[in-house]
Amino acid sequence: MNRGSLAKILSVSALGALALTACGQAGQGGTTSDDGRVQLTMWTHSAGNPAELEVYEQIVKDFNASQDEYEVVEESFPQGAYNDAIVAAAAADDLPCLLDMDGPIVPNWAWAGYIQPLDLPTEITDSLLPTAVGSYQDEIYSAGYWDAALGVIARRSVLEDNNIRIPTVDEPWTIDEFDDALGTLKEAGYDTPLDIGAEDAGEWWSYAYSPMLQSAGGDLIDRDTMLSAEGALNGPEAVEFFTWFQDAFAKGWTSNGGTIGNEEFNNDEVALSYTGMWNALDAVKAAGDDVLFLPPPDFGDGPKIGGASWQWGISSTCESPEGARAYLEFSFQDEYITAFSDKQVVIPATEAATAASEHFGPEGKLKPFVELSQEFAVPRPETPAYPVISSTFEKAAKDIMNGADVQSTLDGAVQEIDTNIASNDGYGF
Amino acid sequence: MTLTHTAPTERPAAGRQQSRRRRAAAGRREQRAGLTMAAPALILLLLFLVVPVLLAFGLSFTNARLISPNPPRFVGLDNFVRAFTADPTFLRSTLNTFVFAAVIVPVQAGLGLALAVLVNQKIRGVTAFRVIFFVPVVTSIVVVSILWKFMYQDDGLINSFINTVTFGAWQGTAWLNNPSTALGAIIVLSIWQAVGFHMLIWLSGLQTIPEELYEAARMDGASPWQQFTNVTWPGLRSTMVFVLVTITIAALGLFVQVDVMTQGGPVNSTTTLVYHAVRKGYREQETGYGATISLIFFVIVLVIALIQRRLTRDED
Amino acid sequence: MSTDLRGEKQLRRRRRIWTYTAMTALAAFFLFPLVFMFVSSLKPDGQILSDVSSLRAFLPVGDISLDNYAGVFDRVPVARFLFNSVLVTVLVVGLGLVVNSMAGFALSRLRWRGRGLVLALVIATLIVPFETIAVPMVYWVSQLPTLVWEDGLLKYDFGWLNSYHVQIVPFIANAFSIFLFTQYFSTIPKSLDEAARIDGAGWFTIYRRIIVPLAGPAFATVAILTFLPAWNQYLWPLMVVQQEELRPVMVGMQYFFQLNTAWGEVMAYTSLITLPVLVVFLSFQRAFVSSVAASGVKG
Repeated sequence: MNRGSLAKILSVSALGALALTACGQAGQGGTTSDDGRVQLTMWTHSAGNPAELEVYEQIVKDFNASQDEYEVVEESFPQGAYNDAIVAAAAADDLPCLLDMDGPIVPNWAWAGYIQPLDLPTEITDSLLPTAVGSYQDEIYSAGYWDAALGVIARRSVLEDNNIRIPTVDEPWTIDEFDDALGTLKEAGYDTPLDIGAEDAGEWWSYAYSPMLQSAGGDLIDRDTMLSAEGALNGPEAVEFFTWFQDAFAKGWTSNGGTIGNEEFNNDEVALSYTGMWNALDAVKAAGDDVLFLPPPDFGDGPKIGGASWQWGISSTCESPEGARAYLEFSFQDEYITAFSDKQVVIPATEAATAASEHFGPEGKLKPFVELSQEFAVPRPETPAYPVISSTFEKAAKDIMNGADVQSTLDGAVQEIDTNIASNDGYGF
Repeated sequence: MTLTHTAPTERPAAGRQQSRRRRAAAGRREQRAGLTMAAPALILLLLFLVVPVLLAFGLSFTNARLISPNPPRFVGLDNFVRAFTADPTFLRSTLNTFVFAAVIVPVQAGLGLALAVLVNQKIRGVTAFRVIFFVPVVTSIVVVSILWKFMYQDDGLINSFINTVTFGAWQGTAWLNNPSTALGAIIVLSIWQAVGFHMLIWLSGLQTIPEELYEAARMDGASPWQQFTNVTWPGLRSTMVFVLVTITIAALGLFVQVDVMTQGGPVNSTTTLVYHAVRKGYREQETGYGATISLIFFVIVLVIALIQRRLTRDED
Repeated sequence: MSTDLRGEKQLRRRRRIWTYTAMTALAAFFLFPLVFMFVSSLKPDGQILSDVSSLRAFLPVGDISLDNYAGVFDRVPVARFLFNSVLVTVLVVGLGLVVNSMAGFALSRLRWRGRGLVLALVIATLIVPFETIAVPMVYWVSQLPTLVWEDGLLKYDFGWLNSYHVQIVPFIANAFSIFLFTQYFSTIPKSLDEAARIDGAGWFTIYRRIIVPLAGPAFATVAILTFLPAWNQYLWPLMVVQQEELRPVMVGMQYFFQLNTAWGEVMAYTSLITLPVLVVFLSFQRAFVSSVAASGVKG
């Protein structure tokens, strides 16, 4: 390169730089709408789910009309891609003011400083189901409009024909009874009598199976210290549970084939389906009054199901947290909570909304799920280590399902979790 | 006399000087043109390939996390030690990646060549077949992986097909759930998807071989197989290099099929280096460790590329 | 003599029958997943699942309707996503052809200092799977300056997230394309350049008037090879694009994987987004096939 061209390049870049400084940096004054209102960005995971979006759009519209200081601008993402999107946005320091998160990752986000304490009036948070509120180190960071519940869906006629006792909340199946039932049903001609949902991937595994592990006396981590999974995830109780889990596949009681959803139950290809209440309406459609919503079996410490679903938080970088709070406060009205429940088939987070709900109210067909949630719901461990715990648990459980040695697989998982916790200086515990 | 003598000697000298100057100017122009024309691509490559790779390089010596309040710490070679001594999944990923490439490279190249020979015949309708064999190439690999995952199920298409053609004598398995068949299932799908592309490349090579060579071979009474080994194969050497390089590159970077179909399972039987790097570095948020795996991967690929270059050069 | 001829004719006919049989079987093998996809897009979810283990999976039988397509349009802004993908793809491919072919020209036909180094860089970066550098890339592009139009003034800002250019610019330069162009250009006789230079042509003129017209096959090959990944972009837009209006088609696929997958709609949507690619491919297939073929040998 000769000097002439170098000089040319230099002068052009200098000019460019000059032009840039001359025009000034954009977006310094915070984002405002055309009519001078402060804009609050809000992300949901509901793209592709028109029923849920409809309720959000209604709330946003009502809120924007109710005052003239703020304007909420909603952006929705498909659920399968949502976590990737918010993690990337967090890494790029580009989070919206308001965002919804799956309950169990809330402590991780709070610890990392991406979300701030919620600071909603206690009348609101106290009125919600305990599993609809997310906290970390005794501080509330998130709150949700609903919770979900799992249960075992069955046909009364099938159980009665095979002389299987119909369990109740007070007297659930013991694990021996459950095993006998599965054996009986297999003999009765069901190829795989139980659809346990193992064809799914991702958070479902921890959500669905770690409560079973807890019911058997094990856990994902020692919740007293939150520092180690030793003993909880690889102790004798855990080994016993996972041996059962492995056997259930080996004996053909259940399988990981088929498709995600409840088609197999609706077509009477399986007798029992361990699934969420989001599949319950279709089951009612398929089996009518014959359908039963039963508690999951008791592995020893009483039945357990997973609690905590999607919840809302406020990012630390939000420029007007008062606005975000005002919106959230506005949104926790019983009529909206009921609307979510009716449109989406989820358990309302307040008693008043439950009473008014179509599916879960006094006349509701899905009422049994409310009781299951109240009696048996346990939160996943409220630690920032949860994403790693969950990913490790899923991998270990899948390996065991596919025949890996139970004890050594669990020991490996414990080691992976403990290494991770140590390398993060205990995640603040 | 002297004048007349010097004039002719001086003139060439001046001419030489002038031409040297002209050549120098031309050289400068060429230098400038070369740089200017390469510059846009070069700058973009630096910005969007070299910088991120260097960032990854730097991160691999730290305990950086995607989401954490703690600033990254320099940890020296800890991540590398962890990969080779305390992470069996990493070792398994390396093995799987090699196995995948070792099967895919010869099989896909061979099948591609067989297809190319098949569609290189001058018969009616052959273009339609070329197009059909190429169709999977233009279909998204995500879409293809979802379709095949469906077909590989226990009661899926593949098994019912096997059941039909063997009259029920041979029962299939849930291909992607079985540790001993899952990688094989992904290999079949990957070949199905990409072989059409290499068929076309081989085809191009075939079409550059002069017809007279075949005629001469036929005159000597060569069988089709002899024609292939004596005429076709020697004429395909440069094509072969290209095919090998492109397949190797694609095979080592295996990711989407695994991500969509098996997430590395069952029991680590399908995890690959790129998949493991993404799982650790992004999904489990251990950015520093993920970067380490990526870095090791780059080095492995570079070594393989160099070996391949050396080998193919020796053959020439 | 005549018997010989007849024998040969018979042999040739038999070979032809075998060839067609083999090719038809292979054609079925290469087409069946796509037939399955198109056919399933016309069926309700339950029927897709029950048909999957029989030949019915390939036949438009049973409860056939366009309901899934209607469902797709309800759930996803298909037209918008298609537009975005077309825009991104056209620009990545188009700009890529210009930028990479110029680089290939400079590397193959010009002598300049630094050339060896650049060539080495290109070859060293031939394979860097995007997934492995995605995280540093997100961080990096979020720091890059950009120009924005605000309040009637041109201003600058930091961060490339949420834009079209973040989906385009990083993918324009492509080491593999540069490599292909370099290889192809170096097979064109150097004497053409020299003749043009004697006529006083500059290097850029030589590139544009002589080399580009002669390198059609190389351009077509690079076009296909860069078209497909650009159309299929998924992980990257997911990470850097937040506004729905800017999302490409592959991200739209995730809309159907809710608590329960709507398989019929997945099939309908994948059919919809595969169709444009097939149409482009079929209409240019002659050029594609011969050009991929023509450039292959030069490797």
